Amino acid sequence: MGDGPPSIWEWIGRNWDTGRVDSISNLLTDHLTMSLVPIVLALVLALPLGLACVRWRWLYQPTSGFMNVVYALPSLPVFMLLISVTGLSQTTVIIPLTFYGMAVLIPAVVDGLNSVPDHVRQSAVAMGFTPLRRLLQVELPIAVPVVLAGMRVVAVSSISLVSVGALIGQGGLGGLFTRAYQNPFMPPVIVGIVLIVALALVADGLLVLAQRLLTPWVRARKGTAS
Amino acid sequence: MNWLTSFFAWLVEFFGNGDNWAGSGGIPARLLEHLEFSALALLLAVLIAVPLGLVIGHTGRGEVLVVISANLARALPTLGLLVMFVLLLGTASIWPVIIPLVLLSVPPILVNTYEGVKGVDPELRDAAYGMGLRGGQVLGRVLVPVALPLILLGCRLSAIQVVATTTVASYTGLGGLGRYVIDGFATKDYASVVGGSVLIVLFALVVQVLFALAQRVAVSPGVSQRSKVR
Amino acid sequence: MITFDSVTKRYPDGTVAVDHLSLEAPTGEITVFVGPSGCGKTTSLRMINRMIDASEGRILLDGEPVQNIDPPTLRRGIGYVIQQAGLFPHRKIVDNVATVPYLLGWDRKKARARAMELLERVGLDPAFAGRYPFQLSGGQQQRVGVARALAADPPVLLMDEPFSAVDPIVRTSLQDELLRLQSELNKTIVFVTHDIDEAIKLGDRVAVLRVGGKLAQLADPKTLLSEPADDFVREFLGHDRGIRRLQFVSTEGLRLRTDLTVTEDAGDSGDGAAEPWLLVVTGDGRPVGWRSGARPAGLEPYGTYVHGRDSMRAALDAALLSPSGCAVAVDGDGKVVGVATREALDAALAEAADG
Ligand SMILES: Nc1ncnc2c1ncn2[C@@H]1O[C@H](COP(=O)(O)OP(=O)(O)OP(=O)(O)O)[C@@H](O)[C@H]1O
Ligand SMILES: [Mg+2]
Repeated sequence: MGDGPPSIWEWIGRNWDTGRVDSISNLLTDHLTMSLVPIVLALVLALPLGLACVRWRWLYQPTSGFMNVVYALPSLPVFMLLISVTGLSQTTVIIPLTFYGMAVLIPAVVDGLNSVPDHVRQSAVAMGFTPLRRLLQVELPIAVPVVLAGMRVVAVSSISLVSVGALIGQGGLGGLFTRAYQNPFMPPVIVGIVLIVALALVADGLLVLAQRLLTPWVRARKGTAS
Repeated sequence: MNWLTSFFAWLVEFFGNGDNWAGSGGIPARLLEHLEFSALALLLAVLIAVPLGLVIGHTGRGEVLVVISANLARALPTLGLLVMFVLLLGTASIWPVIIPLVLLSVPPILVNTYEGVKGVDPELRDAAYGMGLRGGQVLGRVLVPVALPLILLGCRLSAIQVVATTTVASYTGLGGLGRYVIDGFATKDYASVVGGSVLIVLFALVVQVLFALAQRVAVSPGVSQRSKVR
Repeated sequence: MITFDSVTKRYPDGTVAVDHLSLEAPTGEITVFVGPSGCGKTTSLRMINRMIDASEGRILLDGEPVQNIDPPTLRRGIGYVIQQAGLFPHRKIVDNVATVPYLLGWDRKKARARAMELLERVGLDPAFAGRYPFQLSGGQQQRVGVARALAADPPVLLMDEPFSAVDPIVRTSLQDELLRLQSELNKTIVFVTHDIDEAIKLGDRVAVLRVGGKLAQLADPKTLLSEPADDFVREFLGHDRGIRRLQFVSTEGLRLRTDLTVTEDAGDSGDGAAEPWLLVVTGDGRPVGWRSGARPAGLEPYGTYVHGRDSMRAALDAALLSPSGCAVAVDGDGKVVGVATREALDAALAEAADG
């Protein structure tokens, strides 16, 4: 290419769907997989664990202590250490991100369930709810706003953290950063940052929407004068 | 359990190698570098974020700034930011790397300082003014001590962030423990990768313990409510 | 003396919280601001120590306009007690109390010694000094709040519903404590409450405010109860205004009969046999119970009041406690000095209703 560096749009057009592994569209798909799987897994695992911590209070201290330690571990060395177990695969990125997510979500689930006012719980008991129905129909719905607030944190940080995986060759859009560094060239960096921030914003927006749909009473209460 | 034996073999190889303990690329030197970069970035972040958070929380002005920075800091990919700054500013000094480090560690401190000051019971503020404390005295003698648990929490979260990002920053040429990991990975020297990773993990844990201790020492028992009654 | 000279407070949103308020809070007395919620009590109080600045008019502290004094300096000379006590959670009780002395630059030892003295003054065990606020009950915290306000011995004390967050029993004891303290200290106190009973109990003078921040009436409690200025004040005072007014009628003028007592163990007293009720007393003159002429076997309950010290309300209350319908008058030591019969009470009530 003797015509000097291409413009950013040109570069995107040329690299969007080359059919190669490192085309932008492929990286985007990889990125989505590696961030969405941990978000969902973290929620699925954190719910029962959080419930257990509320049910058996002694569990909470050790669990949250362990999760605090996990949360403090830097991602890159953890990826590196996992390579010897899970190889250079997406799993190596997905496992740590799931744990980071759980570190945020377990306390959120516990706080959410503890935020159910005692009089609400007791009147549910008095009306004859079985423990399971009480959990599903009364306690979990009340905990939803707190849990979703945690989900927003988890979603946004997972999406941006995936890119560190590029240093072990599994970073989704993060691959654009390593490529840009290796043959110094700005457009991939800009595209990578913009796409990742955009993904994060979309995920955040969807969760806000989910919160509105799942907890209509929260808004209704704000709307009416008390 | 194949990987476990090779894991220990690598550890022995890395830590048992006398060359790894000496010179500018030795473990003590790398450790010190890692400490220096992390401490520098954290210090700068504290110097920026704590006063800013105190003022915003105290006056209630500029709250949008807090919200935006908190969300942006989480969404911005650290590696991308590092590469961008290095491409823009070159690698002549450590600043192209330190600047993004600081940028990323400001928001957690800012948010928590702000929330801490904001969350102080208005009655308490009122009582402080009512007894004749001046604005600065109210901030320094009442708001900061009461908000201290959250301020320290913010610093702890930032420290986690800084230690991790310093590691990633080795990719763009910064020294520190990350060098073992990055260089080892590039040259398929897995002893280096594993040994370096273990060092970084230990480093991060020690930092956490130090913050937990600082919390115990600095926060008034009346605020943390864990005082033993004499 | 605190003087409100045609003071108006208009908030930025246009609310007129206080409207041309003029009144005086005399030195050494308790002046109570009372009125319905939102009538501007807090606003009026906080204009005194310039937590809020007046829009119009002047507030004078012993003749000096408070506008001329730097707010922190002004406030260090005025004690301030609020509802939740507002104690500093990060400081031990003794240091909380010593806050203003520290601000005034007292040395640590002196300030702490003063704080210890005050804790005792407000009826707190010195053992509390080393605790943190969260380790105290609400009532105890409120006492610390009062001690803290008194620490630098300010001549003026502002209290904004200080006792409204504690239960009625604790509140009563805090009120009694305040009256006892005031009898020793003679501070100029401005006290805000929305509870008219508290106002009448504590106030030397009571200012009733109506919504919109206008003064409805300023009077001593007795006058307030007997001569409410208008329907608003009358309604605010509530239904049993008449009974409550008896609180201010002395029992000194009550005529007592001394011929209705018999001593225990003194055998059957024949001389009083004509009376339907006789009060049995111990050898040293303490009441035991009423003996009914109809049922000489058992004793019936009695009620006492301290003659000359307690009010007519207490005497009436004592009478209603006994089937005899008579109140037992005792002296400060609890010894019977006589019996106030229904006829005597009737006469005194008639007199009270006239005056
Ligand atoms: N900062 C403010 N801005 C606007 N209006 C205010 C402000 N503070 C108080 N007000 C209004 O001024 C009026 C008087 O308020 P104030 O707090 O003095 O009432 P109060 O008599 O102490 O009532 P309460 O018994 O409920 O404490 C009220 O109508 C209130 O809504
Ligand atoms: Mg008020």
